[in-house]
Amino acid sequence: MLALLVAQNIAFYIIAALMVVGAIRVVTTKNVMHAALWLVLVLSGAAAQYILLAAEFVAITQVLVYLGAIIVLFLFGIMLTRAKTGNDDDLDNKKSAKFIGAGIGIALLGLMGYSLIDGFGDTEFGDLMVQRTAEVSDSIFSTYLLPFEVLSVLLLAALIGAIVIARRD
Amino acid sequence: MTLLLAAFDPPYWLSTLIKVVVVSAVVPTTALILGMVFLFKIMSWMQSRLGPQEAGPRGTLQLLADGVKFLQKEDISPNGADRWVFKVAPLVVLMSTLLLYVALPTSMRLVVADLDVGVFFVLAVSSLSVIGVLMAGWASANKYSLMGALRAAGQLIAYELPMVLAVVGVIIQAGTMSLNGIVFAQADGSIFGWGGIGFPYILTQFVGFFIFIAAVQAELTQPPFDMPVAESEIVSGYQVEYTGFRFLIFFLAEFATAFAFAAIAAVLFLGGWAVPWLPTSSDWYYVLGPIVLFAKVMVVAFIIFWVRFTYPRFREDQLQSLAWKVLIPLALLNIVVTAVFKVVL
Repeated sequence: MLALLVAQNIAFYIIAALMVVGAIRVVTTKNVMHAALWLVLVLSGAAAQYILLAAEFVAITQVLVYLGAIIVLFLFGIMLTRAKTGNDDDLDNKKSAKFIGAGIGIALLGLMGYSLIDGFGDTEFGDLMVQRTAEVSDSIFSTYLLPFEVLSVLLLAALIGAIVIARRD
Repeated sequence: MTLLLAAFDPPYWLSTLIKVVVVSAVVPTTALILGMVFLFKIMSWMQSRLGPQEAGPRGTLQLLADGVKFLQKEDISPNGADRWVFKVAPLVVLMSTLLLYVALPTSMRLVVADLDVGVFFVLAVSSLSVIGVLMAGWASANKYSLMGALRAAGQLIAYELPMVLAVVGVIIQAGTMSLNGIVFAQADGSIFGWGGIGFPYILTQFVGFFIFIAAVQAELTQPPFDMPVAESEIVSGYQVEYTGFRFLIFFLAEFATAFAFAAIAAVLFLGGWAVPWLPTSSDWYYVLGPIVLFAKVMVVAFIIFWVRFTYPRFREDQLQSLAWKVLIPLALLNIVVTAVFKVVL
């Protein structure tokens, strides 16, 4: 068990480093298509981290929703509007916007760091109960049935709204 | 022999190494088999010609010779291309194919990773190939490539939905999303109390099977759904600027994905690696499982390629309306009927 945890830690640091590099490149690259592709690296790294945490359902959902649908939509939109290869100099934001972004980033880091340390403390991953997918679905369809149904109605309303906005007649 | 295999329990690193080697050997082999048997031989027989004759006995080594030819060619990237994205794109498509093989069970324990949500995993990773196709089309800096990639993305998104919905019927009936669990459910089932051949789900889910095969055809961008690579309209679409081994990778990925999808269809609808009368816990499946699955895959692949070789190409609007107006409502109806029967019976 201990040896496996060491391997997990090494894998975590490698994937985390890749994700950080990818995330920095998303906001610094001069090519909007490259930014979307670096985002692919960040999101697939997140999926890999979920697998390391034995949350395979969340990982697969991440792949299906973010990589399979949202990124494809991004790429599709970029290719339909500005398909030229090469760099684009007006991608950068103004200096004031950069400072606001950095401030929000630091605030988020502090908030999430605090809540993680507060919530889990010294608990190691091996001590936690690994939740199987069947248990997740059991709790969604019994304890959280009402919020789940409300959410699906909300999504349906958003879907119909999108169609209404996009219609031309 | 079978007992030896059953007693073999390697350490973690060794089993991982074996799995990596086996998957990376199996993927090109399956592509070779499908390409050889269907693309070269059966296609030529259906079209009343002989097909390749010279390389090897009855031309069976032609595809191997073609592969070597591709490997010898120069690795060219076009002048205006975004070189890095251009070079990585085929690898992204191939990665999606390799991931498909991870969840594929060839017997109870001969599987790379026996996931609880195997079906879900397969559907999720199969949608990753679109990213590679879009990368290839954009990075080529070529109008035909870009149009091909846009067509491919529109088509793959449209046919992802009927494919997922067609599988839901099987999942409801089996009560599990594990691919091995679905095999067990079919092997242990019985038809009105008669358990002679188990209960292959094609008997009740034939609508799902039809929709799944049609969606697979579209996902593979094969005729009659081959607008993304239509050579007479957009000169092979996103593949037009690729030569040598990068083109070979696209080719490998297409045929290996065809094999993987045929295998998934065999698992979901035809009982997978199990045979009737032999209980699923038998040690014989270490040898028999892959052979049985392979036989069923060849049957499903024959249907896929039969349609490929005999039907003309759809128009783009016909393709989209087939997906959204016919296949998706049909699949939803199938889910409703299956769910009602599941509750009533």
